[in-house]
Parts: sequence; C-alpha cells; structure tokens
Amino acid sequence: MSFIQKHITHRDWRGFVLPVGFLVIWTAVTAAGWVNTKLIVPPSDVIAAAYKYFTSGTFFSGLGASLGRDLAGFVLGSLVGVAFGSLVGLSRWANRLAGPTFHTLKHISLFAWLPLISTWLGQGDGAKIFFVALSAFYPVALGTIEGVQGVARAQVEVARVYAFNARQLLFKLVLPAASPQIIAGLHLALIYAWLATIGSEYLLAKSGPGLGDAVIQGKTAFNVGLVVFGMLLVGLIGYALNRIALRAEARVLRWRGRAS
Amino acid sequence: MAHAGTLEINNLSKQYQVKGEALPVLENISLSIKPGEFVSIVGSSGCGKSTLLRLVIGLEHDYKGEILLDGKKIVGTSLDRGIVFQEHRLFPWLTVEQNVGIGLLNAGLSTAQKNKSVQEHIELVGLKGFETAYPYQLSGGMSQRVAIARALVNRPEVLLLDEPFGALDALTRTHLQQELQRIWEAEGITAILVTHDVEEAVYLSDRVVVMQPRPGRIKRIVDVPLARPRDRGSFAFSQIKDDVLSEFSDTPRGDIALVQPQETLGANWQFAW
Repeated sequence: MSFIQKHITHRDWRGFVLPVGFLVIWTAVTAAGWVNTKLIVPPSDVIAAAYKYFTSGTFFSGLGASLGRDLAGFVLGSLVGVAFGSLVGLSRWANRLAGPTFHTLKHISLFAWLPLISTWLGQGDGAKIFFVALSAFYPVALGTIEGVQGVARAQVEVARVYAFNARQLLFKLVLPAASPQIIAGLHLALIYAWLATIGSEYLLAKSGPGLGDAVIQGKTAFNVGLVVFGMLLVGLIGYALNRIALRAEARVLRWRGRAS
Repeated sequence: MAHAGTLEINNLSKQYQVKGEALPVLENISLSIKPGEFVSIVGSSGCGKSTLLRLVIGLEHDYKGEILLDGKKIVGTSLDRGIVFQEHRLFPWLTVEQNVGIGLLNAGLSTAQKNKSVQEHIELVGLKGFETAYPYQLSGGMSQRVAIARALVNRPEVLLLDEPFGALDALTRTHLQQELQRIWEAEGITAILVTHDVEEAVYLSDRVVVMQPRPGRIKRIVDVPLARPRDRGSFAFSQIKDDVLSEFSDTPRGDIALVQPQETLGANWQFAW
C-alpha cells in the first residue's frame, strides 16, 4: 500500500465529531433564542468580529507583537535553561549549590511571579518577555539536567579513548546524547511560553498591541464575539506551534529511528 | 601502514578497594608483545582479563608495575592505542561515517585527509554503501564493524579488543573472526584480544595467554604455530584448542547472564477504543 493511499484510507474523522457537534448545538440554541444572545453570542457574531479585527489592521500588529514576545522569551529562557541544566547536570559542585534552590523555586506557580515582576519591571515588554522566558526556562532546564545526567558512562569512556577536550565532550557527546530530553523540554517550553505570552498580556494589560490585549478590549467593550474569536485564535496558534515543534523534533531526532 | 607497537607489561598488579578491604584483581602479570603480534587472553569470568585491557587502554589507573608502549610508560588514554568494546558503543546520533570520524577528531589531519581515511576504513571493514546509515539501521555485526573502523582509523600502534564478538550470534561471529584476521593482516598492527571463546583465540592468535582467577594471574601461554588462514577442522587446530581447554577443565563455569534493561512503554499508550 502506498503511503498516500494509507494516509487517506486511515484518516480518522472522529476527532471532528466534538467540535462540529458543538458548532451545530451552538448555532441551534442561539438561533432558537433559548439563551441570552448578549452573553452567548451566535457564531455569526464571532465571524463578524473576526472580519472586523482582520480588516482593521490591529490583527497583524497584535499577532506580530504576541509572537515576538513569545519567541523572544522562548529563546532567552531556553538558552539559559540549557546552560543552567548542563552546568547542574555535569558539575556535582554546581548541583549541590544550585540544585536544591532550583527544585524548590520550580514549585512556585508561574503566575505567582507576576506581582513581583510587575513591581520590578513594570507592565511593558520587558516584564512580559521576562515572564515568558521564566516559563520556558523550567522545562528546558529540567529536561537538560535529566538528559545530561543520563549520558552513558560507556560513551564517556569512548570520548576519553579519543582524547576529547572539554568542548568536544560537551558539544560532541553530552548535548547530543541529552538531546532527546532537551528537545522534550523545548517542546514543553514552547507550549508554556505561548500560555505565558497570552497570560502576561491579560494580566499586565494596557501595554501595547497583542492578542491577549485584543481579548481584554473585547471584554471591556462587552464584545463577546471578539472575546470568543480571540480565544479561538490563541488556541489555533498554540496548535500550530505544537505541530511545528513535532515536525522539528521528528527531524532533529531522526537518528532514533521509528522504534523509539 | 601503521607503525606496530611493542607492548611490555612488567610485574603488573592491580587491586580494588571493596568496603575498605583490598581485593586483588591482577597479580604479577608480565607479558611482552612483539610488533605486529596477535595475542589473545582467555580466562573465565572474574580473572581480570578485561581489567588488564582497561589498564592498557588507560581507562583504569592506580596499578603497580609497568605498562610500556615502545619503551615508554603509558599515561592515560591516547590515540596510539585503539579499542573495540564488547558493545559497539557507537554514538546513535551520528551516521556510520561520522562515527568513524570520531576516531580522527583529534588526529590533526586536514578535512580532506580525514574524509579519505574514513572512507578507506569503511571499505576495509566492508561497509561501503552504508556511510550515511544511522546505528539503529545496522545489525549487531555491522555495528561492530563500524566500531573496528573507528578504532583503526587513526592508525593506532596497538589494537585492543575486549570480547568484541561476545554479543553476536555464532554465524556472524565466525564471519567477523575471518574479517578481523584479514584486517589485522592488512594493517600489520599489534593486537590484543580478550575473549572467553577458546576457538576464537586459537583461530586468530600467535599466542594464547590463559589466565586464572582470584587473583588474576597468567597460568600458561600457548603458542599457535599454524599458518593462516587456519582450518578450524584440522587436527593440529583441535589439538591446540584441546590443549588450551584442558586448562579450564577443573574450573566451574561462572559466566554471568547479561540482563538487558527492559524498554519501558512510557506514557505513550492508550486503549484502541
């Protein structure tokens, strides 16, 4: 059976049952007037709000601003996470010093950091990117520590036999060997960063464009259509980011084969 | 052709500390290996034969006595000594040619020279056409061939082999023994093979060193004055093999079964409905 044929015949449509069913019920109850349509708006209102938002120009500036914060925070938090995780994973001294603090601090809910962050950094992009970076940092650091500590002793001996220096040990052995766990951490970080991006835009409001900001404006103007549309958009972008991450993961880790 | 090294082991003793007590693993080992010679070390489990090899490669320290390569005392690991472990120990994230290239990482050659040498050694072990394959795509025997190429690619003076075919099936093992014989002749290298397979030792070696355990000592050294390639079915071969085996007749088999860790299912399972 060819790949394409297999793909088509095995396409599973059951995943669409819930959203389509929901859409049908939603349309029916709003059309029949069984609910307060000011609070539960009909789908057409959402489409109208979406159209207005798209054409007003605030869509792209909002999307760009949100994705920019997301990406900046993700990259920053991930880099620090890999560096910190490598250090704690490799150095017993660093582990003794920083490990207990790290493992305690990671239990503080991310959103509990927001009051402190806004006190120090205000409500601007700096505060938001810091918050996003913090949310990306934890999963990447945890994944890196786990991966680095799991490097097989047998492979370290190979590195010794071929006279690896410290740099080669890190870049030719430790990081590649830890890459499955690091990438799992990065994947999680990508999801967390997007949640944190929108969260920071809700909670550190009134600071320039952003998708979260648009939703807040919708709420202020009692535009439920815009609120619902904003939520859908946030979900779709998160879904798209996850798909991109899965693709990248499969490509980078193709050396593991199909079995693992 | 690589320069073949002379290995001299003088009065080598090694002990581990177990719960504060000294546990001797090797006692008074003396062995002199000529350039280009193939020497096997056989012995039952726990006779310290692998420890001896790990001392020569430089992965173990704190020994008494001397290990000299070309008259110089060995210090740590070095590119002049290559090793093939029982497990192939390839880096799974690298392709065959990249794995072989690991052997040349610190060899101080130009990229072109490295590529040429890697290519030659992939051909030497008969893996032409598999340069860009990943280890997961290779069989156990092929992986071990890559490991041999990686050990030889920087032209070491001594090749150490720590039960390299122990984990392979009998057919593959026999085939790779022939291959190893051919490679050893082609490279003209000094080789030390640790094995518990007496036939393998007699087939490949100029001399077979029989060790006895607790503490590890040399019991006897048996010469194998047969012309290569050797016929495993010949009378002379069986005589030497029986001679070596007779050294083990009173030793109970103490081989330890290696239990592979179970692959976990992980969280990635669901019911089908």
